[in-house]
Amino acid sequence: MSTPPRIARARPVYLDLPRIRQPIPAITSILHRISGAILFIVGVPALLWGVQASLESPETYEAFRAFMARPLVKLGSLVLVWAFLHHLLAGLRHLFMDVHVGLDLRPARQTATAVTLAALLLTLAVAIRIW
Amino acid sequence: MVSAAQRKHLVGAHYGLADWLAQRLTAVLMILYTLFALGIVLWHGGLDHATWRALFDDHVFRIATFLFMVSLAYHAWVGMRNIAMDYVKPIAVRLPLQTAFIALLVAYLGWTIGVLWG
Repeated sequence: MSTPPRIARARPVYLDLPRIRQPIPAITSILHRISGAILFIVGVPALLWGVQASLESPETYEAFRAFMARPLVKLGSLVLVWAFLHHLLAGLRHLFMDVHVGLDLRPARQTATAVTLAALLLTLAVAIRIW
Repeated sequence: MVSAAQRKHLVGAHYGLADWLAQRLTAVLMILYTLFALGIVLWHGGLDHATWRALFDDHVFRIATFLFMVSLAYHAWVGMRNIAMDYVKPIAVRLPLQTAFIALLVAYLGWTIGVLWG
């Protein structure tokens, strides 16, 4: 018995991530990582600094409020709001999947879309609220 | 009878499952704290410096906040370590990076203690 002849064709020898069209659960997943890293590097120190500044005295509390009212600061804090919301919602989705809720392809795609859109819409709602 | 370990050659450091579970438990704790803190703020109907200060003078809230930050540190360690393991292959870069993550998380915890009890 002879082995079938191997047909030479261009096959990917490694996964070139930027060249693969990612399905929506993959996008939700990578955004979960990116949002987590943003929260770790910027979110936590910003939160600690904010709590510290606002607690010190009534004057620093008002100064903190004034700082937060600056347009650029508002814009920056919206990034953190999005990171928090996306990480929270995508994380809840993971917790449900851990107990085998929504594991099939269709619901997995639907919840990935829902979670990613919800984070963006809620961020938009916060943006409208603070402007 | 052959045990599962004999049948299958098991490798690895065996911290994976514990860390996976810890990441979930700390996530649930942080969600509960977030709802709790949000509930307090909404119950007060907004914030001013006096209520904000009084909240952080409360021992139960201080301890809850500290536990939140400890959960966050563990949770973030598992997450950032996973990111480093997946994308940063050279050990000479990965190890210093992971060390920096730990140093940053310990610094955050020290800062938290300073804010809460300083």
